Amino acid sequence: MTILVIAEHDNAALKSATLHTIAAAQKLGNDIHVLVAGSGAEAVAIAAAAIPDVAKVLRANAQHLAQPTAENVAAVVLQVVASGNYTHVVAPATSFGKNAAPRIAAKLDVAQISDITGIESPDTFVRPIYAGNAFATVQSSDRIKVITVRTTGFDAVPVTGGNAVIEDVAAPAEITSAKVTGQELTKSERPELTSARVVVSGGRGMASGENFKLLEALADTLHAAIGASRAAVDAGYVPNDYQVGQTGKIVAPDLYVAVGISGAIQHLAGMKDSKVIVAINKDAEAPIFQIADYGLVGDLFEIIPALIAELSS
Amino acid sequence: MKIIVPIKRVVDYNVKVRVRPDGMGVDTANVKMSMNPFDEIAVEEAVRLKEKGTATEIVAVSCGVAACQETLRTALALGADRAVLVQTDTELQPLAVAKLLRAIVEKESPGLVILGKQAIDDDANQTGQMLAALLDWPQATFASKVDIADSKATVKREVDGGLETVEVALPAVITTDLRLNEPRYATLPNIMKAKKKPLETLTPEALGVDVAPRLKTLRVTEPAKRKGGGRVADVKELVAKLRNEAKVLR
Repeated sequence: MTILVIAEHDNAALKSATLHTIAAAQKLGNDIHVLVAGSGAEAVAIAAAAIPDVAKVLRANAQHLAQPTAENVAAVVLQVVASGNYTHVVAPATSFGKNAAPRIAAKLDVAQISDITGIESPDTFVRPIYAGNAFATVQSSDRIKVITVRTTGFDAVPVTGGNAVIEDVAAPAEITSAKVTGQELTKSERPELTSARVVVSGGRGMASGENFKLLEALADTLHAAIGASRAAVDAGYVPNDYQVGQTGKIVAPDLYVAVGISGAIQHLAGMKDSKVIVAINKDAEAPIFQIADYGLVGDLFEIIPALIAELSS
Repeated sequence: MKIIVPIKRVVDYNVKVRVRPDGMGVDTANVKMSMNPFDEIAVEEAVRLKEKGTATEIVAVSCGVAACQETLRTALALGADRAVLVQTDTELQPLAVAKLLRAIVEKESPGLVILGKQAIDDDANQTGQMLAALLDWPQATFASKVDIADSKATVKREVDGGLETVEVALPAVITTDLRLNEPRYATLPNIMKAKKKPLETLTPEALGVDVAPRLKTLRVTEPAKRKGGGRVADVKELVAKLRNEAKVLR
């Protein structure tokens, strides 16, 4: 088993999703190669080489890989796969991995196994379907398994203790039919949603985007990331990258505080693996209470300020 | 410019699915089926491009059982001009669908293929990217805004950290995210008109595509039940419990 992990990074540091992906790779076998495709991503390659159980870091360096398109990521991966003896190609199930991995699978003429949460054997995987309302165990007979990993399914690997060799690979010529021309990243001092220890999320019950300021104050008190239900995103209260759920982000923090969220199955799909769930809602019958460890029925506009005061006392 | 909109018939968004007693799938007998919501957004975007004069013809395509005809009629009622059904009773996985769509694209030569980013049944999020790869076309996935001019598409994409803008040369594949648009409802006159629009039926064999599944489902299980339902009376009790019982506050 030789496993190729596609690292997600920003040319300065590895994204935490990569650490969870390597954890999944460890369950597949022990010959793990990590591909760092980027531009000037020297520090990323060194960081990847320090992860225990990584045998080799492959570094592809080119200007056009600074903010790579799926087309160019796939081209690098396909070249590496063609020159090696890989049994698995593994990427995080993030917007980066979801964008590129199916291109790689199609070019290799193999199925992709999306969003796995468990590994039974090197060819048998568990993945959620129907927004996590069922789990399918699937077996692949393809010669190479292309996989995306749901990061909440695997604990992150440690970042020190390894000593892998770093090898340069030539980057293929740029594919120019697609170009990244801009980025508007949400700037936040808060922890990142998918890796935060505490997440505070708001739903339709917040009634306006302005009212999310209340949640920001609570998040500040708890050192939490802020999330939202699809209903809050659809209503225009917050941007889409706040969305937790089937079609948004999947989170599993130590503490998840759902405020004014009724608990549609699409939302539960994104947060029900959280360790402790608190629900605050004025509707005592809201489905969110069925999965909450601590449910508090009442008006969120009274409860949240009181909660902030109590937490600060 | 011709636009192809691939659509999938799925268990309706509002149905709570149940695992079949034989543990080999979920129960889809006698449950409401609808167009995949992300594909509705794709149909709507194509119709808006036609209303703007950017597109000249919209072809809706579905792959699957005979009943997909109903879903195609919905697309026709929403504004597609004609429909193609690739009919088969074989379970279709994303790679097979992408290959069927490639065959259709090669026949139809569209300038754009626009489809949902994922289907809400298998949650695979693969078909659009696979189709783009098979055609060697550029892709713009998870679109929240699409502008078409000078034989290229400028697409705002929903990414984990916010938004990214990509420019793709046409022909290209675009997959839709939630905020791209709000799909319209089909009106009764349009539903009546849709019945008269052309719907062609093909087969995988006629297209020369092998659709045999590559992944074998060994079993399907219910998720572990979460033990919830605990209540607290007030904020004081909540904070005390988080501190002393759950020990999640630092």
